[in-house]
Amino acid sequence: MGNAELNIGNRKKRRKERIDRGIKARSSDIFALSSWREMLYLAAPRLLPIVGLLVLSVALSVYWQRVLLSVSVFALLAISWDIMAQTGMISLGQALFFGTGAYLSGTMNHYWGWPPYITIPLATIFGGLLCTAFLIPVLRLRGIFFSMVTLVLPLMLVRIIEATRIFGGTEGLSGLTALPSKWVELYVLIIVLLAVLFGFRRMMNSDFGLVLKGINDNDRSVMNAGINIYWFKIQALFIASSIGAFAGAFLTHVYLFVGMPVFALDYSILPIASAVVGGIGTLAGSMLGAFILVPLSEILRGLGGLRIVFYGLFLVVFTVAIPEGIFHYIQRKYHQFERWVEVE
Amino acid sequence: MEAAPLLKVSKLYKNFGGVQAIQDLNFELVEGELLGLIGPNGSGKTTSVNLITGFVKPTKGEIVFRGQNITGRAPYKIVRLGIARTFQMVKPFYQLPAYKNMIIPLYSPRVKQMTGGKYGDRDAVALDLLEEVGFERDSHVAYKPASVLPQGYLKRLELAKAIALNPDLIILDELFSGLSLAEVASIVPIIEKLRQEGKSIIMIEHRLKELFRIADRVIVLNYGEKIADGKAAEVMESDAVKNAYLGFEA
Ligand SMILES: Nc1ncnc2c1ncn2[C@@H]1O[C@H](COP(=O)(O)OP(=O)(O)OP(=O)(O)O)[C@@H](O)[C@H]1O
Ligand SMILES: [Mg+2]
Repeated sequence: MGNAELNIGNRKKRRKERIDRGIKARSSDIFALSSWREMLYLAAPRLLPIVGLLVLSVALSVYWQRVLLSVSVFALLAISWDIMAQTGMISLGQALFFGTGAYLSGTMNHYWGWPPYITIPLATIFGGLLCTAFLIPVLRLRGIFFSMVTLVLPLMLVRIIEATRIFGGTEGLSGLTALPSKWVELYVLIIVLLAVLFGFRRMMNSDFGLVLKGINDNDRSVMNAGINIYWFKIQALFIASSIGAFAGAFLTHVYLFVGMPVFALDYSILPIASAVVGGIGTLAGSMLGAFILVPLSEILRGLGGLRIVFYGLFLVVFTVAIPEGIFHYIQRKYHQFERWVEVE
Repeated sequence: MEAAPLLKVSKLYKNFGGVQAIQDLNFELVEGELLGLIGPNGSGKTTSVNLITGFVKPTKGEIVFRGQNITGRAPYKIVRLGIARTFQMVKPFYQLPAYKNMIIPLYSPRVKQMTGGKYGDRDAVALDLLEEVGFERDSHVAYKPASVLPQGYLKRLELAKAIALNPDLIILDELFSGLSLAEVASIVPIIEKLRQEGKSIIMIEHRLKELFRIADRVIVLNYGEKIADGKAAEVMESDAVKNAYLGFEA
């Protein structure tokens, strides 16, 4: 129960008191589930993203369905970023994972003619392995030093592709195989997103996840428990980079093209902005952030050059108004009510 | 020395830049012994622990545990061989309940090894271990977030995390500091019980009275050098020790 103390002018001192809603206390004990209302209270947070995505998938126009694809891809990248952040690895280079996955599936499809249902899973796994291998040498670097490497790697890869003209050089690889239909595109992505959200949320709340968060909090204490923190970081990194690689591989077969833009800064920065606006540390917050920021950027498209200004303004307002992140804010309101009480 | 010592530290040196934190440290620890390590502030006590547990690499010298040279090995490997330690500055995971703080040591491969690959229910094991160090089972303290626990319980939690690893050697870095006499008195039996179980213990302490009551032997450090080694009473009689402690403790 966090209590904010306030002293406004010379009015009476008061503080905000937060109290768990009765329904939360009752329903945290599994045996107490007695009414439909309580069941719904527990299930609603899980049902909401599922129902929401299904409704959106049929209700949206074709144009906005495309936006939903892009939103979901950024949501995956934001979740991938969040998993790393919770393990104490602040990444500035989700584009590395995205681009590697994109190029792997594009290459397999273009040169060997493998179909998407083979290239996407393979690019997910090998993209994850490859990116993990790229970053293992710098896992020992702390804080900003690690971040700098993640920022630079995708930029370097772009220049290598440009200079050596491999994988189609500046032209990229086009004419790739499409997924069977736009519905397959939409539902494969939605199912993967929901599976990633619920699956890895569960993982982060398990004892394994506790070890990962422990590394972020106090790595000496985790080492002191006889745990090889590098092995755990490697596992988290593999998970995060596989998610990112999947996003890239998938979008390659939607755009039917892969080229140097897949390593663009957008794929690194927007996921971070999403996680910060939505709330770090829950995965759901990061996803929510993507669902706010990406459509917003679409809506602002009409503003031309001023778009980035409004976008930036919005980011600032949100981070100042709700520094904890929108998801944490909603979560608190859902589980607790507040009242002002006078001090003394 | 007939039996091979459990721990043997030979010609150990550590410099931090210009600071000679440890100079020519030599000592042995016999299995089952309770060794006190004392000395004024900054004399190198914590550094010697960091050297033994691998958190700091020595400039020179050798550390042998159970006949294996462990000098410069990674801390997690040293833990797996059976050395556990507590930290002088306890930093639990504040937002987690006390018993959830136990999960990380219980996740350790060492525990897996000891229990034949099965942890059972980690939460239940955690609560049992906490009860052993004085978290009364029916009081709910074990369920409170570490951030609201008083220092006495944080120290007990730190001790429980080390015990969870079922070590052969436990190194306690100023476990008693910041505790009331009553709290110390209630922790002493836990340490005595560990000894009965055959564990070897190194205790770093500023609380000399309490230490001397339970220690078999005491080593005194001053400016990184060992200036005395022997029974508590004898050690405190030596001139070198009196000098080092002058103005620090009568
Ligand atoms: N990581 C480090 N970097 C630089 N100097 C260090 C480091 N660790 C310890 N020292 C120095 O080494 C010396 C010994 O420090 P140490 O912490 O071992 O002393 P201590 O006997 O544990 O003291 P205290 O009773 O205050 O805990 C001190 O001069 C300290 O400043
Ligand atoms: Mg110390």
